[in-house]
Amino acid sequence: MIEFKNVYKIYHMGDSEVRAIDGISFTIDKGEFVAIVGQSGSGKSTCMNIIGALDLPSEGEYLLTGLNITRYDEDQLAQIRNRTLGFIFQQYNLIPKLNVYENVELPLIYANVPEKERYEKVIRALERVGLANRMRHYQHELSGGQQQRVSIARALVNDPSVILADEPTGALDSKTGIEVLELLKQLNNEGNTIVLITHDNSIAHQAKRMIQIHDGKVVSDTLN
Amino acid sequence: MQVKQAFKMAVKSIKGNRFRSFLTMLGIIIGVASVIVLVALINGFSSDMSESFSTLGTELITVNITGRSADNQVAVDEMIEVLDSSENLAYCSPQVNISVTAKADNENVSTTAFGVNEDYTSIKGYQLNEGRMLQYGDTKNRLKVAVIGTYIADTLFSGKSPIGKSIKLNAESYEIVGVLEEKADSSEGSDDDIVLIPYSAASRLTRNSTISSYLFNASSSTSVEAGINDIQAFLNTKFTSSDYYRISSAAESLEQVNSLTSTLTLVLVGVASISLLVGGIGIMNIMLVSVSERTKEIGIRKSLGGRYRDILTQFVIEAGLTSAMGGVAGIFLGIILAYIASGLLGMTVKISLLSVAVSFSVSVGIGILFGYSPARKAARLSPIEALRYS
Repeated sequence: MIEFKNVYKIYHMGDSEVRAIDGISFTIDKGEFVAIVGQSGSGKSTCMNIIGALDLPSEGEYLLTGLNITRYDEDQLAQIRNRTLGFIFQQYNLIPKLNVYENVELPLIYANVPEKERYEKVIRALERVGLANRMRHYQHELSGGQQQRVSIARALVNDPSVILADEPTGALDSKTGIEVLELLKQLNNEGNTIVLITHDNSIAHQAKRMIQIHDGKVVSDTLN
Repeated sequence: MQVKQAFKMAVKSIKGNRFRSFLTMLGIIIGVASVIVLVALINGFSSDMSESFSTLGTELITVNITGRSADNQVAVDEMIEVLDSSENLAYCSPQVNISVTAKADNENVSTTAFGVNEDYTSIKGYQLNEGRMLQYGDTKNRLKVAVIGTYIADTLFSGKSPIGKSIKLNAESYEIVGVLEEKADSSEGSDDDIVLIPYSAASRLTRNSTISSYLFNASSSTSVEAGINDIQAFLNTKFTSSDYYRISSAAESLEQVNSLTSTLTLVLVGVASISLLVGGIGIMNIMLVSVSERTKEIGIRKSLGGRYRDILTQFVIEAGLTSAMGGVAGIFLGIILAYIASGLLGMTVKISLLSVAVSFSVSVGIGILFGYSPARKAARLSPIEALRYS
């Protein structure tokens, strides 16, 4: 599903270079639940950006669902982000002036899905996270945990191949964080491939596999 | 992403920030409203002018002969000859103006007597109330007859029929053969304050035998120019230069007025356009602020699959919609103000549909034009950086 082949990400600042990713290779298969762990500055965010088709490797290759997207242009990447990936962010990243329904609907609009079909998919996604009754509410009327669940529903709505979660519990209290992680585990059990990025080892241990990153390199890749 | 969706998003955005959207639109509203009002006032003025000229008679041609020399006088018969030989001219009458004191019984009144021929009343559009109009025979036989207007009739004969009675004009006696129908309001100085006598008799009153003023009517309002050419052709055989005479027509004056109002319209629209330009800059400004404030939102949209063109379309439509709404508001405001101005200033207004259509299109155009640059800026944002922005 996801394949990093000797990926490098190098930034050039004047004379010096910064190697955010310094030669990483791994493979993630369909149905896996993988946590990519590292401290800040380790390169885990850069990893996530590349996996998430928000950025491209400087060297090496990135294959997603068998497609080599290393040289894709911005429009193609946007399409990948829309169809193949589902994002969950630490800050939920909902759009405040849209209500819950409209937020979850957004990926479908960019995918040109017709209205009736959109409705069915949104309802299904919201029911999956238990928020169908909050369809017309706005962000400021929801708790942190609820907002994150809306974000998850949005990530699911277009039936992505991979769900990418960037510190999904970072802004939540521990109890709500546990609930969200439980939801992610359930989604994984239902067959979704999930990649979770975190700096917290205890959260990483809740995934089925852990890839540890340090200084832009993989230091360990173990099953939990 | 379909355009319909973009519209819905744009409406949401505009509604979401009503006050700011209104401030953005203000420049457009003012620009459009001023165009509508000013054009309506100019149009009303022009329309009034056309109307008054048409009551004057758009076929009217006035000829004044200023050159005097014993060898080159123009005789009435020669002018009649011009009339007869031209298919562009329908009537011709000399006009000799004489200030007189008109006396009947014990009443007198100061007025102007016009020495004319039988065509005069047709040219001026007078109708007959009593008796008869002047005839060719009156001139030929040098009769001393008069046709009077209702003001004279009322003042001198107070309601009784003056037909057959005698009226003294500067101590010369004339027999009243006709009374004209009221044309204006029968007041002193109005069109009803008039005495018509044959021009043959008039020359006797003035002791001046040359006639210097003629009125012609063209056969139709479209043959005025041709008619003027015919008259000119004749006068040029009599005089060595056109300085000796002057021909003017109501149609010509009307054309001058129209030309003036056209120029005036262009100038005023030009000035109002500056306001629209300022409005456009305002839109661009606000859109840039809006893009800046919504950087994170743009990052989110891009992460969900929004492409360059999706973001561009969204913001361009938002700008276009904002200015379109400003345009509509400006049109309504302009129409209301035009009617208020009309009431307050007592001027006629005529809303020009063309000005409405043009200002609406221009305001939409301005929104799109000035919104494009900020929209492009939004569309080009890097999703990673945009998401990091807070």
